[in-house]
Amino acid sequence: MDFSLTEEQQLLRDAIARFIANEYSFEERKSIVASPKGWSDKVWSKFAEMGLLGVPFQEVHGGFGGSGVDLMVVAQELGRGMVVEPYLATVVLAGGLVELAGTAAQQRDILPGIIKGKWLLALAYGEPQSRYELHDVAASARREPSGYVLNGRKAVVLHGAGADTLVVSARTAGAQRDRAGITLFLVDAKTRGVNMSGYRTIDGLRAADVELDGVHVGDEAMLGPVDGALPLLEQAVDRGAAALCGEAVGVMEALNAATLDYLKTRQQFGQPIGRFQALQHRAVDMLMHAEQSKSMACLAAVKCWSQDARARARAVSAAKSLIGRSGRAVAKEAIQLHGGMGVTNELPAAHLAKRLTMIDFWLGDSDWHTERFAAD
Amino acid sequence: MDLDFTPAEQAFREEVRAFVRTNLPRDITHKVLRHRHLLKDDYTRWQDALARKGWLVGHWPKAHGGLEWTPVEHHIFDEECAAAGAPRLIPFGISMVAPVIMQYGSPWQKEHYLSRIRDNKDWWCQGYSEPGAGSDLASLKTRAVREGDRYIVNGQKTWTTLAHFADMIFCLVRTDSTVKKQEGISFLLIDMHSPGITVRPLILYDEEHEVNEVFFDDVAVPAANLVGEEGKGWTYAKFLLGYERTGITGVGASKRELALLKGVARHELKGGKPLAADPIFRAKLAEVEIELLALETTLLRVLAARDKPGPEASILKIKGTEVQQTLTELMMDALGPWAEPFSRQVIEEGGTAAPFAPEYAATLAARYFSWRKTSIYGGSNEIQRNIIAQHVLGL
Repeated sequence: MDFSLTEEQQLLRDAIARFIANEYSFEERKSIVASPKGWSDKVWSKFAEMGLLGVPFQEVHGGFGGSGVDLMVVAQELGRGMVVEPYLATVVLAGGLVELAGTAAQQRDILPGIIKGKWLLALAYGEPQSRYELHDVAASARREPSGYVLNGRKAVVLHGAGADTLVVSARTAGAQRDRAGITLFLVDAKTRGVNMSGYRTIDGLRAADVELDGVHVGDEAMLGPVDGALPLLEQAVDRGAAALCGEAVGVMEALNAATLDYLKTRQQFGQPIGRFQALQHRAVDMLMHAEQSKSMACLAAVKCWSQDARARARAVSAAKSLIGRSGRAVAKEAIQLHGGMGVTNELPAAHLAKRLTMIDFWLGDSDWHTERFAAD
Repeated sequence: MDLDFTPAEQAFREEVRAFVRTNLPRDITHKVLRHRHLLKDDYTRWQDALARKGWLVGHWPKAHGGLEWTPVEHHIFDEECAAAGAPRLIPFGISMVAPVIMQYGSPWQKEHYLSRIRDNKDWWCQGYSEPGAGSDLASLKTRAVREGDRYIVNGQKTWTTLAHFADMIFCLVRTDSTVKKQEGISFLLIDMHSPGITVRPLILYDEEHEVNEVFFDDVAVPAANLVGEEGKGWTYAKFLLGYERTGITGVGASKRELALLKGVARHELKGGKPLAADPIFRAKLAEVEIELLALETTLLRVLAARDKPGPEASILKIKGTEVQQTLTELMMDALGPWAEPFSRQVIEEGGTAAPFAPEYAATLAARYFSWRKTSIYGGSNEIQRNIIAQHVLGL
């Protein structure tokens, strides 16, 4: 039983923290969020230079050969800095699927580009009606003499609008909610028939709705087995959810630190408001949420790399369920304890609170994961 | 980071499991799993068996006759015992006063008391709370006046758990009322069979006799039974409370209760189907199971990182008791109207409190009410929050 980080992981953590302190200030982030694209090429190149984009990929592709725990370390620091660049979309989710499901040729073609920061991917699995169900796929892929034709609508695709390539789930067989019959395709975002509508999300990120209107792809675009991609998709999304848990812990710790600082400095009735027991006890509850969340993020990080699908799903869902609830609770308390300042756009704490709340809406919310845990 | 138990730890788990299977009397297991009250003899039979094996104090240092279990091994031991339906080990001797004696006691106290605790010869109880000193423990009034080579003790302790079984009590007493209240407190070890001690039952609202009032009327205590220095009792008391709080977490017992709860939910019906399949109940069950998993992981994180409890023990106490209380509440909820029938006799002797009631039902509502105590004792959960606010958050 060992919860400690290796020396390498500590160096990784410190390097990201240093980068954020020096080059990713709250003001800097604000201007990145307000830019047309919504994230920064410069920051992305820097991440490539630091080796962050290769963390989970095998050494043969130029990666770091990392694990779920390495990803947790990265995600935690990115969370602390409220980083808006497409790390989850490109590296963890879509990149993860290329590594999990791709042929040797696909991996050789794509992964080095991701690692060097030259190739952006996004995972288009959600649909207008699917909520958080990965197997609820109405988009179709029709077999042609050569390749497939894709039709359908993909919704709230994280960082879809900036991506060079989309990983798209589509139905090659079966009914809309069947677990079998789902196939993944690599679709160049510039292909004719791919209509992308990008927009902002309330937590400072970007997403897109994607219409696939008779999109022709070749046989080489198929990623993983025909009709049988769901288990791989679930595995990649579990890894993504575990990374989100790590990120939430980073956000939570930053938010708790900001709130504690406010309690110690804000004066009312002639004393720091942190002297009042009613507020102290709320701050303690926030700490307990963070500690429980941290424990669960560790568990999810370790288990999400497991080959045992049941153990993986159980740990990830328990973690995402608890962290979803705890995250919202901490965000609400932080806003309340900051008083009026907590609802202004000027304070980092307000943005941390928004991000922390909204993390629950990516890759399955607390209720969805509670149900999945209960069904085990 | 590696969250698996080592092969050695897994082997230890197997060893504990095998020992418990052979040595834990079936009649005791049955009582524990049915939430019935235990007799003194039930506790001592089990503790004697452990003492013979050297496991009653496996977590102690070798110098004092322990096995120097790591905190993780201690947790495994606790978990296996709880899962099998063993009675909880009475902590006052083995896990509360013993660390204080090891740290601050005289050579004679170590030799005499530690060996008797190790061999399960003395039943200890805790003389902390008083009628006027609950959360504000340092305002305690029980007086000890030094007369030659002995102290004369007068006053009253309360909420004294199982004092009616006890041979010894460790007491916080006031030896100086002229200084700041924390500085006038001393730590005395008192023989419960001394003349002048009266134990009066304090029956709680589940009608159980578990706690007592203990009265001291000119009780003579040898000065050799003072732990450490006079006036330093508050330091020792706080040292001890850290151990008490880690112990209260109760992860092993909560895991057992969760399994029992699932059994009840599979048996009870709602709309003709098992309650376990009801979406509302199932969601509540899943949430408490997740909370417990997080608590267990946090406990292991604390245990793996350090060997002495710090202020984070307060987090474990709060979350541990919250989970315990939720479990007792869901257990009662699961019964529906069968929560109502009540019988003292059933809680003591077994059976059902109503002719058509399921066998597990009779004790569960009483247990729910009884378990409200957990967020009050060992320093109320509000006091724990004060401790965390002060010592962890610096507020």
